[in-house]
Amino acid sequence: MDILVLVKNVPEVAEADLEIEDNQIDLEDLVMGINEWDNYAVEEAVRLAEASGGGVTVMTLGDEEAEDVLRRGLAMGAGRAMHLCDEEFEGSDPATLARAFAAAIGDESYDLILCGVQSSDLGQASTGVLLAQVLNLPFATMAIGIETGEAEITVTRELEANTSERVVLPLPALVTVQSGINQPRYVSIMGIRKVRKMTIGLFEADDLGLDEDQVGEEASQVAGRALALPEVGEGAEMLNGSLDEICGRAVEIIREKGGLS
Amino acid sequence: MDFKLSKEQRDIIRAAAEFAKGEFTERALEFDRSETFDLDLWRAACELGFVGTFISEDYGGAGLGFFEHCLITEEFWAVDPGIGQAVLSTTFGAELIQLFASEEQKHTVLPALVEGQAIIATAITEPEAGSDTSRAASTAVKDGEGWVLNGSKIFTTNGTLAQWVLVFALTDPDNDNRHARHSFFLVPAGSEGLEANKLTGKLGIRASDTAELAFNEVKLDADALVGSEGQGFNQLMAFFNRTRLHICAQAVGLTRAALEESVRHVKGRVQFGQPLAQFQATQFKIAEMATNMRAARNLYYEAAWLVDQGKVDHGLIAMAKWFSAQNAVRAADEALQMHGGYGYFDEYRVQRLYRDAKILEIYEGTKEVEKIIVAGTVLG
Repeated sequence: MDILVLVKNVPEVAEADLEIEDNQIDLEDLVMGINEWDNYAVEEAVRLAEASGGGVTVMTLGDEEAEDVLRRGLAMGAGRAMHLCDEEFEGSDPATLARAFAAAIGDESYDLILCGVQSSDLGQASTGVLLAQVLNLPFATMAIGIETGEAEITVTRELEANTSERVVLPLPALVTVQSGINQPRYVSIMGIRKVRKMTIGLFEADDLGLDEDQVGEEASQVAGRALALPEVGEGAEMLNGSLDEICGRAVEIIREKGGLS
Repeated sequence: MDFKLSKEQRDIIRAAAEFAKGEFTERALEFDRSETFDLDLWRAACELGFVGTFISEDYGGAGLGFFEHCLITEEFWAVDPGIGQAVLSTTFGAELIQLFASEEQKHTVLPALVEGQAIIATAITEPEAGSDTSRAASTAVKDGEGWVLNGSKIFTTNGTLAQWVLVFALTDPDNDNRHARHSFFLVPAGSEGLEANKLTGKLGIRASDTAELAFNEVKLDADALVGSEGQGFNQLMAFFNRTRLHICAQAVGLTRAALEESVRHVKGRVQFGQPLAQFQATQFKIAEMATNMRAARNLYYEAAWLVDQGKVDHGLIAMAKWFSAQNAVRAADEALQMHGGYGYFDEYRVQRLYRDAKILEIYEGTKEVEKIIVAGTVLG
């Protein structure tokens, strides 16, 4: 089974102080890394390929630094990487990105395309399914399990309230992968050394046969306008003192707010 | 001059950090309190190739440099010094084997260390011979083709866990040159007459095994000798010029942890109506910690890089070791100070860092010994 995985380099923002510049998060001091959902997708692809004897290709669209996530994918077990790297792609909406990925796939035939459910930075959760539309592939989202058959796959989809749904798709197909589907492996030194000998294919818009008006802002119908940080509210009141004092003050506050009569 | 790490080196840092954060964080307090360790963590690190990266590909290693081993060490120690030491000290001695041992010894020992099949310990310090290593009194006396080993060692890292112990022993006590009196021997841990006892009650790095060893008429084959007879002291100095680099990385990793804990705390802790980070007294502490950490890292980066280029700069390595260790101790002290009473409890990581830091100024060359070396290179 030949599998393509789309991966994205995103900022780790959980504990970072964010700043916005020109309607974009200032990435200067942020640590970048693979989008969490994509990491699960790579692991799932490598497992499926290991079981079936096929190969895994990882593909990303991003600046030079984005190559880091491709090397990571290779170190985890992918055999090939494609990097769509061109300033012309900047400002693309998900549909435009999907068309760029479709152009990069071209005539290559993959049995399965895996994407993360969403990216942690923009959270559109749409590039994957839009790519399925462009390629006219059946797709399933929110996968928490994938079983392979002869010419089909069975996908377990995560629904609300711990319920799940099993769907069957003919191959080729596209699946967006939910976090927790597996336990992603750690990158090993052996994996990193293997990547040393590999070449990563670099593609500009031109190489994909895309003109200026087919990429970036010009080709996009959805344009970003403003990015805002949440307003800083009143700081939390830290209660200090002995346990009795803290509990006493907590009761007082709850009473003040009308929580206790 | 290019200060940028290679892509491969950046990948190594990221991989080591991810493994350590994923596997060490939850276990650190437990190991510290109980003075135990789970060897499965060491095996997992070996499976991922983090252990013995400096060992040549000819002997199963990754064939990377001491520099890369330092990068991994810094990341492991930045998560937890005790576990970092327990995992990476398992090859302590491989540096000497790789430099001076016979091909047979190298092939016997080194692949097993990389694969997680064996641990090596190096026994140098004795009750009456600490910094003055040339006073080591354990003896190896020729007995036919082989040797007989007698004496005792103390503070031997992994002494009860190792499958092999490299023993620094007196072979020519009457030699006029006190640096030509000793030799190293590769001793199988199961040898009759060798007894190892775990030492407990350490201040820090309590996940790491430390033992005292007793040698009572331990019979060794002729091929237990490592390199040439009488070269032990010189081998020891060459060994330390590699392993001290790792101590620098340990120190910088610990300093980083102290700084991270401090930054998190002073931003959140409000006193006198404002976060501690707003006080200039706090800012000065943070500024000093961050600056000294970068300085220490640059020192060891250069020293390790030079060794990997085949240029061992004894003085620079001593500078890096002294400075980074002293800096780690100070950083841990200031981090605890900024945490106030909370930092005095072991539920707060800074307490452990404070205790873990001190060994850095003691093992593999006290700060005083390092300064003597530095002064020697400056004054001639």
